[in-house]
Amino acid sequence: MSPPAEPGTAPDEIIRFEKVTKRFGALTVLDDFDFHVAPGEKVTLIGPSGSGKSTVLRILMTLEPFQQGRVELDGISYHEPGGKGPFKASPRHLREIRTQVGMVFQGFNLFPHMTVLRNIIEAPVAVLKIPKEEAIERATGLLDLVGLADKKDAYPRQLSGGQKQRVAIARALAMRPRVILFDEPTSALDPQLVGEVLNVIRDLAHEHDLTMLMVTHEMRFAREISDRVCFFDQGRIAEQGAPEEIFGEPREERTREFLQSVLG
Amino acid sequence: MIYGIHWDLHSPLAFAISILPILLIGMKITVEATILGFLVALLLGLVLALLRRVPLRIIAWPTAVAIEFLRDTPLLVQLFFLYYVLPKYGVTLPALFTGVLALGVQYSAYTSEVYRAGLEAVDRGQIEAATALNLSRARLYRTIILPQAIPRIIPALGNYLVSMIKDTPVLSTVTVMEMLNLAQIIGDRTYRYLIPLTIVGALFLLLTVIASTVVNRLDRVLPKEGVPLR
Repeated sequence: MSPPAEPGTAPDEIIRFEKVTKRFGALTVLDDFDFHVAPGEKVTLIGPSGSGKSTVLRILMTLEPFQQGRVELDGISYHEPGGKGPFKASPRHLREIRTQVGMVFQGFNLFPHMTVLRNIIEAPVAVLKIPKEEAIERATGLLDLVGLADKKDAYPRQLSGGQKQRVAIARALAMRPRVILFDEPTSALDPQLVGEVLNVIRDLAHEHDLTMLMVTHEMRFAREISDRVCFFDQGRIAEQGAPEEIFGEPREERTREFLQSVLG
Repeated sequence: MIYGIHWDLHSPLAFAISILPILLIGMKITVEATILGFLVALLLGLVLALLRRVPLRIIAWPTAVAIEFLRDTPLLVQLFFLYYVLPKYGVTLPALFTGVLALGVQYSAYTSEVYRAGLEAVDRGQIEAATALNLSRARLYRTIILPQAIPRIIPALGNYLVSMIKDTPVLSTVTVMEMLNLAQIIGDRTYRYLIPLTIVGALFLLLTVIASTVVNRLDRVLPKEGVPLR
């Protein structure tokens, strides 16, 4: 006897936001927000700052609680029935959810007192209980993937911004997430370093099984790698569709204005 | 403990040389009290700082009150309390231990504030990254936050170490035979205070200079980004 399926969770959805409202004090960041992502889908979130894009990622990573509505990851609700605290869930439940999700931050957030290798193996060894030798082997493979095999013993301060972000991507991947979240991964970089990070993300976008959500201001890149682009405005998705639609012939006036302002 | 030791009153220098061994015994007590007291302050201060960060108000709030109380009442009052009041309730400690405890407990209030500032100075992004990597709270503190807080708090802790050295004469009020107490006894016996007190002052200067040199050295040697704790 299997329990009755949660209402409305289609099997082809890994992420689901249903009528989600998120407030910071008096400020409503997400307003009755609906959003669905299919497994393996590559979705880019664009829109003016303060429109709620990053908040969606931060809710998914359990860095922010939300007040109303329902968020699900692979059919599992973020809130637990009778769950306490701002997250309305037990720490254990949140940890369970986090095993599926990885995140790459605008500010890299590497651990400055650890070598590159240590940054990458810390969580796999401590959380996933992978033997250290195996973790090192995998970390080396991931560093190869991001083109930094020779930097494994370097400290973050010895790396450029682009290199730091590539390490951060390797670190997130080391936890084998099913969903990876990129929160403006290139916004803190010098323009000449953006390319090397985007190349790594582009490679990842070819991974069929990996679900990717990215908040970015790199419109050309978004157009190139996304299956779907969502334009955010005032806490809701004002318009979404294939990149050709959004960038080619946006229906909404707000989308057109925004694209004009960022593309110049 | 002064019986059996003779001082030479023929010249100031001879007097100084004859009482130096006694005062050095006192200095040993001073050093012991400081080291033990500071260890208590370091550990208890950390506990207080962490308790204060617990998201439950029923734990954090009384901790804050306790810290405030310890900081805002005189060391001498706390010392007398431990020395005279505790034995009434069956807790009798040797005078030195009582002194160490009083020093440690009062300074734990100071060190807890140092820890708090150090912990709060760790970038929020570090905590978010650790959360995203699913590190447990204990692991987060042990491998991410504390290692990065340590180099930031060393200078401030060093100041309190020096300050604690200078507070140890308070222990003489509960019969601990530290330097000042001995100097005073010698003075009372010989009616010569200048030389014993000058030597004690010089020995305190020596101790504080050594302490701040060690702390400065440590500050320079420790990596600024953080000390990996394994």
